Amino acid sequence: MFKSDRVAQILNLVTAGLLLVATAMVFFYAPTEVTMGAVQRVFYFHVAAAWVGLAAFMVTFVAGLVYLRTGKHLWDQIGHASVEIGLVFTVMGAASGSIWARPAWNTWWTWDPRLTTYTIMALIYVAYLMLRQGLDDPDRRARFAAIYGIVGFISVPITFFSIRIWRTIHPVVVGGSGDAAQGTFHMTSPMLQTMLFSVFTFSVVYVCLLVNRVRLEDLAERVEQLKVRMLSA
Amino acid sequence: MRPSSAGEGQALPGQPARPAASGALAAAGAYWRAVSAVLWKDLAAEFRSRELLSAMLVFSLLVVLIFNFALQLDRVARENVAAGVLWVTAVFSGTLGLNRSLSQEKDRGSLDGLLLAPVDRSALYFGKMLGNWLFMLVVQAIILPVFSVLYNLPMLLPLNLVVVLLGTLGYAGVGTLLASMAVHSRSRDVMLPILLLPVAVPVLVAAVQASGGLLEQRAWDEISQWFSLLIGYDVIFIAVAFMAFDYVLEE
Repeated sequence: MFKSDRVAQILNLVTAGLLLVATAMVFFYAPTEVTMGAVQRVFYFHVAAAWVGLAAFMVTFVAGLVYLRTGKHLWDQIGHASVEIGLVFTVMGAASGSIWARPAWNTWWTWDPRLTTYTIMALIYVAYLMLRQGLDDPDRRARFAAIYGIVGFISVPITFFSIRIWRTIHPVVVGGSGDAAQGTFHMTSPMLQTMLFSVFTFSVVYVCLLVNRVRLEDLAERVEQLKVRMLSA
Repeated sequence: MRPSSAGEGQALPGQPARPAASGALAAAGAYWRAVSAVLWKDLAAEFRSRELLSAMLVFSLLVVLIFNFALQLDRVARENVAAGVLWVTAVFSGTLGLNRSLSQEKDRGSLDGLLLAPVDRSALYFGKMLGNWLFMLVVQAIILPVFSVLYNLPMLLPLNLVVVLLGTLGYAGVGTLLASMAVHSRSRDVMLPILLLPVAVPVLVAAVQASGGLLEQRAWDEISQWFSLLIGYDVIFIAVAFMAFDYVLEE
């Protein structure tokens, strides 16, 4: 077997262990928030998922730059895998946010600038996947995807910047909220530790998924090559 | 399918001469000649067929009229949503134009001809981009007065014209790059809006806010940041498209 198999296996186990610990911390270590109660516990995974979603798209941006510079196939695989994983985490972030928003804001969804831009960001990466699907030539697909990953990621900060001019309802727990924010709270140190640990855990989950996804892609390509060799023999 | 010798390509009308003398000025002149040749080709083709502009114009008018029914506009509502309607119209008709401008090249095989031309690839981008921008501006030049009359609003304020210039420039800038990619995909006509609209959100936000602020006669302090955002978006995205365009055409 390959060495990377062993690495992936160890990573899988470590990730599973970390997730268990993080879940335990969220439910037993972190104190219950005074005004919002138990629903506030969704905050730890919400922040972690949203952070990983953004980080994954940044990885795609960097992978796109490196791919265009070097033309190495691996970077295309990483960019593609990162978008797929990033979208999953983005949806998790939105879903967990909705669950919290229902009791805290009394609505599942509001047309708040922060929520809206977050969704637009997700749509950029849905478009990324559709673009890949619509292109047959693998070389061209890799190039176009890299370019779109770069253009898309540059658009996201501008969008975030443009909405900063407006007031947002979304609380900014780390760093202090604006006047219009609703549902913000003061973090005690067990809360902060739990949040940081969740963010770390989710980052490891991301890396684990990325490694496995790239490995899967590699294996699929090997199978494809073997098929071609069998048929031509 | 890289051409073996550049000179074999079909000679395009008005194809620029190669830079005879070295030196920055001569190179810049040659570059500009290449850009204007591409631009001129698009304008001449459009002038003969008038396919694109008429389609964009009729479509824009339809959108303006349909919005009136769809939003049940009374006088107050009209004033509130006018900037939004104006920009949605510009963006949708712009998408039509962008799509046509590159799918025409591909269908008729003239894209290969363009690629064979011994000029810098980015000159093709700027030629195409300027053409698309100009078409959007021509449509706006006709739509804005009509819009002013129908909605009874001063759409032709000089500053609003600046917003239109900047907003359409940014849209055409990133749109030309994305259209040149979408044209290669299987579902290409559907692809472009999906690729372009989410990326172009900042320009849309800034343009709607700037136009809306001007129509409501808000103070310059409130509007100026949207102008900065528009300029920033234009500069960043045209620079990115300029750098990335080479990779799109690489065959």
